[in-house]
Amino acid sequence: MASNTPVPSLARRSLTTWNVFVLTTRRAYSHFPPTRRRCLLQQSRHNCLSSSRRTFSTTPWRGLADVSDSFIPQEQERESDEVDVCIVGGGPAGLSAAIRLKQIANEAGDEEFRVLLLEKAGELGAHIVSGNVIEPSAVSELLPDWNNPDSPSCFESATPATHDKMRFLTKYSSIPIPAPPQMNNKGNYIISLNQFCKWLGERAEEVGVEVYPGFAASEVLYNSTDGSVRGVATNDLGISRSGKPKSSFERGMEFHARVTLFAEGCHGSLTKQVIKKFDLRRDSQPQTYGLGLKEVWEVKPEKFKKGEIVHTMGYPLPSSTYGGGWLYHFGDNLVSLGLVVGLDYPNPWLSPYGEFQKMKHHPIYESVIEGGNCISYGARALNEGGFQSIPKCAFPGGALIGDTAGFLNVPKIKGTHTAMRSGMLAAQAAYSALKSNPDSGTVFLYDYEDALRSSSIWSELKQVRNMRPSFHSPLGLYGGIMYSGLEAYLFRGKTPWTLKHKEPGDYAATKLASECPKIEYPKPDGQISFDILTSVSRTGTNHEEDQPVHLQVEDWEEHKSNQWPKYKGIENRFCPAGVYEYVEDGAKEFGVKFQINAQNCIHCKTCDIKAPAQDINWQTPQGGEGPKYFMT
Amino acid sequence: MPTPLKILVPVKRVIDYAVKPRVNKARTAVETSGVKHSMNPFDELSIEAAVRMRESKNPPVDDILALSAGPAKCVDVLRTAMAMGADRSIHVEIPDAGQGQAELEPLGVAKLLAKVVADEGRNLVILGKQSIDDDSSQTGQMLAGLLGWGQATQASKIEIDDSDRVTVTREVDGGVETVRFPLPGIITTDLRLNEPRYASLPNIMKAKKKKLEKKSLSDYGVDERRRLKTVKVEEPPPRKGGGKVEDVDGLIAKLKELGAI
Repeated sequence: MASNTPVPSLARRSLTTWNVFVLTTRRAYSHFPPTRRRCLLQQSRHNCLSSSRRTFSTTPWRGLADVSDSFIPQEQERESDEVDVCIVGGGPAGLSAAIRLKQIANEAGDEEFRVLLLEKAGELGAHIVSGNVIEPSAVSELLPDWNNPDSPSCFESATPATHDKMRFLTKYSSIPIPAPPQMNNKGNYIISLNQFCKWLGERAEEVGVEVYPGFAASEVLYNSTDGSVRGVATNDLGISRSGKPKSSFERGMEFHARVTLFAEGCHGSLTKQVIKKFDLRRDSQPQTYGLGLKEVWEVKPEKFKKGEIVHTMGYPLPSSTYGGGWLYHFGDNLVSLGLVVGLDYPNPWLSPYGEFQKMKHHPIYESVIEGGNCISYGARALNEGGFQSIPKCAFPGGALIGDTAGFLNVPKIKGTHTAMRSGMLAAQAAYSALKSNPDSGTVFLYDYEDALRSSSIWSELKQVRNMRPSFHSPLGLYGGIMYSGLEAYLFRGKTPWTLKHKEPGDYAATKLASECPKIEYPKPDGQISFDILTSVSRTGTNHEEDQPVHLQVEDWEEHKSNQWPKYKGIENRFCPAGVYEYVEDGAKEFGVKFQINAQNCIHCKTCDIKAPAQDINWQTPQGGEGPKYFMT
Repeated sequence: MPTPLKILVPVKRVIDYAVKPRVNKARTAVETSGVKHSMNPFDELSIEAAVRMRESKNPPVDDILALSAGPAKCVDVLRTAMAMGADRSIHVEIPDAGQGQAELEPLGVAKLLAKVVADEGRNLVILGKQSIDDDSSQTGQMLAGLLGWGQATQASKIEIDDSDRVTVTREVDGGVETVRFPLPGIITTDLRLNEPRYASLPNIMKAKKKKLEKKSLSDYGVDERRRLKTVKVEEPPPRKGGGKVEDVDGLIAKLKELGAI
């Protein structure tokens, strides 16, 4: 990357090596004087050395730049389009931001205000999986008629919550425990978030948002002048597995916007890059995660109790592992059930999928789903970091909204209302910022950061900030439950202390395989529990075989040599879709071969979070691929 | 002088091929509400074939018209068709279609297409060989019968020469067969014909400006009487396990037991 030509006289252009560019950015940022405007100038002075080179920080096939073929995809010109606001991700946060933006613009008579939303799934909602009991505060503010049966645009599939149950499970019994007051679900609704997003998408199109499902934003574009975010580009289609373009090659498209909102959901791939580039986590703790696995069952009418919400803790997870299960009765004889496993679990032999299947055999679950039909399966990582892990959400040219920043309220296990609210606040800030700076200067959403701090999101998360970290103590689960009980009933977050998460992150909490007891999982019976491939077929996931593997591991052999002796195939166990395999191969070192079955991927992001050496980089595959969730 | 081609490409909106279909509660049809739909893969091949004909410029193509008959959501499929290269499209709206009984049967579709061909002056119709939901494989053939045109089904290669003769290599059970017929005619596509292009985002955005007409069945005066009634839809029985045999004698004994020999 370093240029061999004589250093030009201009001091700015003298730094041409990649690493130095990144370091300069970070250093400049951390020496910020109080005035925020001055810091932008400082940054621009250091960043304009990137003048002619655009950051290809996301191009997957960079390593193949020396292929002798004259047709290099990355060098082809891309079509570009100019919009006012570009939103990456069509989940609750992204759609709420889009709807709010257009609502404000339409009210102000600004019909030409262009809001564009890109979603990697083939249709809105197809990659959405969530419990989900929604607190209607945010949606009632956004669309007051959402639940009004007289309105033509009513969301019809919301089941009002009737009563809550909280249980502590041992292998054969369940002990009722008191639920913390935050978990009281009176006034809330059980929904399928997948359906809800589809409905939100229709509302978005009604107000004039340009929604493009089936197109994945794979690259962040930066302004060469000051390094601010200029927009995003969708990925190229029709590249073969080896990186060479096929006859169906289509170059991606660029969208330039003065404000780009990233709403990719938990641990977004572009968000990861943006956080690194602008050092957005400099004042916050690392994010911690859980993996949620969910199934939707059609149960026998006599077992169906509409609106009942059950939460469980304890069995099957060991006391060193945070997590809990749920069972919600909704819709028409439908039951949503699942298990969340904290991804800071220490035992590499633990398989969240295996634990989930074990849990279903517990009487409290089995009694409900017996004789029923499993119609859907899905899994997704979720945020557990809460207040301590909220990064800086605004950066030059854009902002992070929703779960990608991390506003999930862990004891309530609700993140949809905070995600939607953050989208709405960002929309408000973006519109005001754009209208008050009509020329093409860089936009920084100071108002969004301020609005977040004075909103219910902040106060809500602050109140419960100590509950999840209390599970990190040597008392494990029991210490956590006791402390959380104190917090919920007595302290209510008004303590002067803030407990910390374990640095540097969930991946480092994994112990060696030799240090931990091996866990054997029972064989699935095909009625209540299922093998992983049957479950994967219920996600409807598919990817084109002939494309570069989107789970980027630099060297498969090296990865195996480093990871197998220590963790004995942890990737096989943490992936809820059977993507990673260590296939027996007598001819290879250690007797196994590392294999990535990228076709099965359900876009949950667990591998990117949990890989102990953090050497798996999740990149988005071609748009329109991935799971096609139903009723999740 | 070759006659310019006016191509009609009917497309169908079906449940996406990667989704696992389930039977609905009433056991009358496959569950379609809330399930991901997309264009029938064989219809993607037809659109691609038509667009490639236009790109080859010989014979010249005047117009590629896409058509779909179904519920309101069919416009998504038509937009994809236009993004791939169709010039304009017609949506024949059939409310409540997609729930088993209400869906048009192949004969109804063929009659509708025959009317459209007459109205729009088409001389070539390219269809998919079958749709992946009902696997009927009848519409193309019935349409040819109604119009009295030549047909070449399961095409894996299409050539049109200057004197308006179409040479098609067909996939048949024993291998391939080559047929030739003069225009106007019907072609149905098979998998080996081509690899459909991706509908790129710039093209999808341009397709929003292309013409999409909305019509109804009564506009065409088509007899859409349903002649078939679906009595029952069931999931296939769960697969019974196999058994292992020790040796050839064991195999013969088992076969005799099952009455196979």
